[in-house]
Amino acid sequence: MKVLMLGWEFPPFISGGLGTACYGLTRGLDQLGAEIVFLLPRPIEPPHAGHVELVAPGTGRKGGASAYGMPGKFRHVQFRALDAILVPYVSPGEEEEGAEAGVAGGRRRRGVRVVGKEQWAGPGSPYQGDLFYETQRYAALACEIAGEEPFDVIHAHDWMTYLAGIAVADLTGKPLVVHVHSTEFDRSGIHVNQRIYDIERAGMHRAHRVIAVSHLTRSVIIQHYGVDPRKVEVVYNAIDDDGLTESRPLPPIRHDEKIVLFLGRITMQKGPEYFLAAAKRVLEVMDNVRFIMAGSGDMTRRMINLAQEMGIGHKVLFTGFLRGEDVRRVFRMADLYVMPSVSEPFGIAPLEALANDVPVLISKQSGVSEILTHALKVDFWDVDEMANKILAVLRHPPLQATLRSHGSIEVRRLSWLDAARNCLKVYEAAVAAAR
Amino acid sequence: MASVCFYFQIHQPLRLRRYSVFDRSGEYFDDQRNREICQRIAQRCYLPANQVITELIHRYQGRFRVTYSLSGVIIEQLQRFAPDALESFRKLAATGAVEFLSETYYHSLAFLYSREEFLEQVRLHRRLMENLFGQTPRAFRNTELIYSNEVARAAAALGYRVVLCEGADHLLGYRSPTYLYTPPDGIPVKLLLKNYRLSDDIAFRFGNRNWSEWPLTADKFAQWIDRVNGHGYVVNLFMDYETFGEHQRAETGIFDFLRCLPEYVLASGQNDFRTVSEAAAAYEASGEYDVPYMLSWADTERDLSAWLGNAMQSSALHELYGLEEAVKRTGDPVLLRDWRMLQSSDHFYYMCTKYSADGVVHKYFNPYDSPYDSFINFMNVLDHLRSRLGLGAPSAAGR
Repeated sequence: MKVLMLGWEFPPFISGGLGTACYGLTRGLDQLGAEIVFLLPRPIEPPHAGHVELVAPGTGRKGGASAYGMPGKFRHVQFRALDAILVPYVSPGEEEEGAEAGVAGGRRRRGVRVVGKEQWAGPGSPYQGDLFYETQRYAALACEIAGEEPFDVIHAHDWMTYLAGIAVADLTGKPLVVHVHSTEFDRSGIHVNQRIYDIERAGMHRAHRVIAVSHLTRSVIIQHYGVDPRKVEVVYNAIDDDGLTESRPLPPIRHDEKIVLFLGRITMQKGPEYFLAAAKRVLEVMDNVRFIMAGSGDMTRRMINLAQEMGIGHKVLFTGFLRGEDVRRVFRMADLYVMPSVSEPFGIAPLEALANDVPVLISKQSGVSEILTHALKVDFWDVDEMANKILAVLRHPPLQATLRSHGSIEVRRLSWLDAARNCLKVYEAAVAAAR
Repeated sequence: MASVCFYFQIHQPLRLRRYSVFDRSGEYFDDQRNREICQRIAQRCYLPANQVITELIHRYQGRFRVTYSLSGVIIEQLQRFAPDALESFRKLAATGAVEFLSETYYHSLAFLYSREEFLEQVRLHRRLMENLFGQTPRAFRNTELIYSNEVARAAAALGYRVVLCEGADHLLGYRSPTYLYTPPDGIPVKLLLKNYRLSDDIAFRFGNRNWSEWPLTADKFAQWIDRVNGHGYVVNLFMDYETFGEHQRAETGIFDFLRCLPEYVLASGQNDFRTVSEAAAAYEASGEYDVPYMLSWADTERDLSAWLGNAMQSSALHELYGLEEAVKRTGDPVLLRDWRMLQSSDHFYYMCTKYSADGVVHKYFNPYDSPYDSFINFMNVLDHLRSRLGLGAPSAAGR
């Protein structure tokens, strides 16, 4: 099976779970012998130091594309970076300073930089730049590459690449699979950006098969996008086995206080205000607890103010965006990881917490809650119940121990190889459907 | 001669209501849910099954005989929520063809944690059986057939001469549960061992259409029983009464099976039905059944892991029984009853984190989505009970 894969982020150029998912899935497919040409937008910044080495291309540059191979990690995968600039989320730490500094040539509203001839990213939208133009450019370049490479199926990840997917499918007649890692409803609640919705809908309807990262997302696809249920399959994400086998979790860092951790973008979708409300209830019962909010996002300032207003500012620590070793360190300190997401199509972060031996409390409004048995679950709005469960973990070491021991086994059963196998089945179905 | 010994267990716990750490109410139990479940089971199982058993006793003029064990907890619920079902058990008792067993009143694991509490609960239950059914139990079964040589010794000391337990392969070896056994060291009781294959054919497999023996007819099952004839004395069919109408729904034909079985069993004239004490009186023990470690009838493991398999369960049990002295010192009957209701083994069964082929069984009438929720709820209730005793949180609770 030869796959033309259309992505927008990939380690080490990554702003969220999508890059992690693309990496894991591509590795799994590679191990199963699938041949993949992975099209990526060229990164704006030089790569951060990472465990993936990008080497100079063996093939020449054509159509504004450069090809890369990643020795050691992948056998059948060729990476191509296109000269499109796609940055779906404001880069970490940038939004807060930017909101005050202002930048010539662009307007800023509520921390969002709006550039270009057309203001299409609405107020509060996490997107920056003229993405609409960039997605069209990406589509045009993808068509050029598609003409050079033989392949059996097109696999497009999230709406940014759907225009490209549709264009290549129209051009080549090859079957299109779109992979929905999140929808506009997850990102923006009820304030849906109509143009993004339209692109998502067009991609899903044009596709021969749609992959949803959870049943939660599958039902959104069916109900909000009117897609035929028979062509929507669920393929769950997994966790990179490198992190599990190569380095065992480090021993916890000892500290006198109990630590409850929120780690993720501080945006409406992630429910940070519910975390703070629960923290307040916890602190009414128990004093020696500290709440860490690790991450950045357009609600950071509001959350700092909210914690002050609630009178728990001294108990809540905002760390900003953490990477690599800092993430591992904060996991080693945490007694509990909480993901109070209002809407989470999947949610890889709880898997990372479990892999680091930290028990998790996740919202029932998350895809990952469909596959985790050994996790505490709560409705994101049920702040009292969230506090009830946080307190139980902090007060009853046997609960923490049982969650931890079963959870770490459960998370090790989730494999990208299985996810890749399921993807291959979807490809076969798409190929059959296209005939 | 092979004697069929039916023993039906009847128990439902008093389930806890959702009890948050922020709750301050002294009301721990979910009356509405307990009423609903009790009345549903009475309608689907107790009443129709009692009806069939009554018919059979009359039709065969006492040659059809069965044994029951009802926990004190279910009897209290029947008194409140389904008095007609309780009345039908009393009528069965009056036929003289039914034996009632002794057990712990609160369907508890007290034997493992407090011998004094265990004895008090057995005595309470014995008095209940005498008052309600007019008979003094002669045979004993511990909660969930939890058994070891020590249980036999304790039962013997209480005057019982018959004890029921699981017929586990790893202890029986080549021997068969169709014989009677004695514990070691001359403990003066006879043991009746559950024939788990034939019991589970009814309790777990009866309605399973993927089972190679489906459909299980009374004729076929009577033939299997008859095979024991000449190779043993008893076929001990021990199961939850909810098998009839709940676990095996009426649509599976389970009531018709029960209704027809005696005819086929009794047809040859070679086999009969006896209550457990009657069987123990009729047959000699054939050997020694040495059980040094705790055995139960639960799950494939047949051990205590369904109630004590993880740190949450042992912590909850340990903290609960740690309050015994303080509770009893108050002399407060409401407090004592609440504490005892928390002892029902079901509360700890709901905390079980083994997920295997037995997972389905763990879901029967389980009010929780997860074992963790069940632990959290239980510990919150226990915290409140502790506050009624004027005690703070135990030192284990990570201060």
